[in-house]
Amino acid sequence: MTSSPHSLSASRLHYNPYALRNVWNRAMNLLAGLFAFIAVLPLIVVILYVLYKGGGAITPAIFTELPPAPGLSEPMGMGNAIIGTIMVTGVAALVAIPIGVGGGIYLAEVAKKGWFAQSIRVGVNVLAGVPSIICGLFIYALVVNTRILWGESFSAMAGSFALAVLMLPTIVKTTDEGLKLVPQELRMGALGIGASRFTTITRVVLPAATSPIATGVVLGIARAAGETAPLIFTALFSPFWPDWLSGLGLLAPTATMSVQIYNFGIMPFAPQVELAWAASFILVVMILAANLLARWLARFSSL
Amino acid sequence: MFSRKKPSWLEQLVDRGFIRVTAVLASVVSLTVFGIFFTVGFQAIFQGDVSSLLPWNQDSIWQGIAAWNDEETFGVRWGAIPHFGLGFLANSSWNPVRNDYGALTPIYGTLMTSALALLLAVPLGVGTAIFLTEDFLPQKLRATIGFMVELLAAIPSVVLGLWAVAMLNSFLAVALPLHNYLGWLPFFATEPSGPNLAMASLILVVMLLPIITAISRDSLNQVPLELRQGAYAIGATRWTTIFQVLIPAAISGIVGGTMLALGRALGETMAVTMIIGNSMNLSASWFSPSSTIASLLANQFGEADDIQVSALYYAALVLIILTVLVNICAQIIVKRLALKYD
Repeated sequence: MTSSPHSLSASRLHYNPYALRNVWNRAMNLLAGLFAFIAVLPLIVVILYVLYKGGGAITPAIFTELPPAPGLSEPMGMGNAIIGTIMVTGVAALVAIPIGVGGGIYLAEVAKKGWFAQSIRVGVNVLAGVPSIICGLFIYALVVNTRILWGESFSAMAGSFALAVLMLPTIVKTTDEGLKLVPQELRMGALGIGASRFTTITRVVLPAATSPIATGVVLGIARAAGETAPLIFTALFSPFWPDWLSGLGLLAPTATMSVQIYNFGIMPFAPQVELAWAASFILVVMILAANLLARWLARFSSL
Repeated sequence: MFSRKKPSWLEQLVDRGFIRVTAVLASVVSLTVFGIFFTVGFQAIFQGDVSSLLPWNQDSIWQGIAAWNDEETFGVRWGAIPHFGLGFLANSSWNPVRNDYGALTPIYGTLMTSALALLLAVPLGVGTAIFLTEDFLPQKLRATIGFMVELLAAIPSVVLGLWAVAMLNSFLAVALPLHNYLGWLPFFATEPSGPNLAMASLILVVMLLPIITAISRDSLNQVPLELRQGAYAIGATRWTTIFQVLIPAAISGIVGGTMLALGRALGETMAVTMIIGNSMNLSASWFSPSSTIASLLANQFGEADDIQVSALYYAALVLIILTVLVNICAQIIVKRLALKYD
């Protein structure tokens, strides 16, 4: 064997810019860049649009007044919807966090395998895939239609339950996965010095996993705060301040910002549309802030 | 020196109680899933509310059956499933006056909007994911773009719907020439003049992009470096490597992400309801108003009564079964196709 006909001469290593594969390569580079640009474009356009249309509508009165009657342009406010969103989302979080964290602890710490834990894992995945409007129909059939809450039909509480159903799979999953990240040695150490399982989990394992769990919970709450579909048949809407006399406002229909966007956004009245944009502005700012908070919380992860 | 002390009864009680409590909390998840299927199924089969299942209730189903006052109905007010049967899925009329209901139009609308949205979102999303995992831009810039795409997922769908309504006129201006030149195609047959199916698909694309991009990016990132180095070493160009090595290696994540996005698209409600026009007329044209199952529910559930409510729950049942099937398939595909590099 002296020399093969295919021996590499120096000239063969030269990059030929007109070779088909190189032209194709450059074309695809360009296409991928274009796709990435198109993917980021809607976010920028939506955020600029919301800042421009909604930011202009923000006045101090927005937080202290009620929305105008259709056809009128005074007063221009949506204090009731802001309180409503905080109230409904807050109660939903109060319901979903204990159940979700408890369920996550069960999956990660108590029963890792076995048919019961597996069926719950499948349940979590199925629940995560259930469309949000179905959560609304479910709570409507279970709570609103049967008037199970002290004879009240539509209520803020029913809306909270629907949002809690929506948050639940996120919280269970993040708790389960956050706890799995905790090194086994921590558990062994705690159990080894005589701590009970309860003490091990609550004093050692949970504190170590606080950061990922908190991140997931914050993102879950942020997502629920913007949800509309589960609320339109449960919390409904109300043009008035919450009725504090009926269960601290929890047992009466309540306005929320997301439902207000839906109801007002397709109305033919300019003041209502403007309020819809103002509500979008506040929601988007809240949710972006929650996402930044979640990223900040994730930094504290020591795992 | 050491003595083993048995834990006090209180400590044991707390310990066991805690384990039990977590088990109960975990089973709430399964109960909820079961409850959703049960109540939606119940409402689709019977009229009247869920509490009529309780035997001591005033208008309980059981009392009706016991009284047996009607040969045909057994004293029960049957709902949509016994009335319409499987024909519900193939009937395109939705007539509250004659109480004749069929879900063909919204089922077609649901499948068509989702298919169109996926057709656009998959190349865009996977292309973006590739762009973000290759070294076109400095790492910091890529991380920022990735974060921005993820933020897109956080924007509430109702806000995107409001934006879509504001964008409608510019969309119509773009769509009109399409109709003028390609109007002989059935898809472009109607003149675009208001809310329509195509616009709903486009807004779905915006919602699906972050899901597909995020999951594809994660699975592309997990492809071992050696595979890429091997491909480059035998003289493959960047895109030969991507198409022949990286994408096949990451296909489980890409397909899984696409299926998850499909599940999301099928059930998406608010943005679609605001922009699809909510028409119950079956039309092949993408520029005519249409409806999806979710938009039908959002739009009509508030004003419906009697058998219409039951028909809406029947449609909801179809939607749940569709989305759950898609989600389960997604998980099976991810498990089946996942390559192991150990």
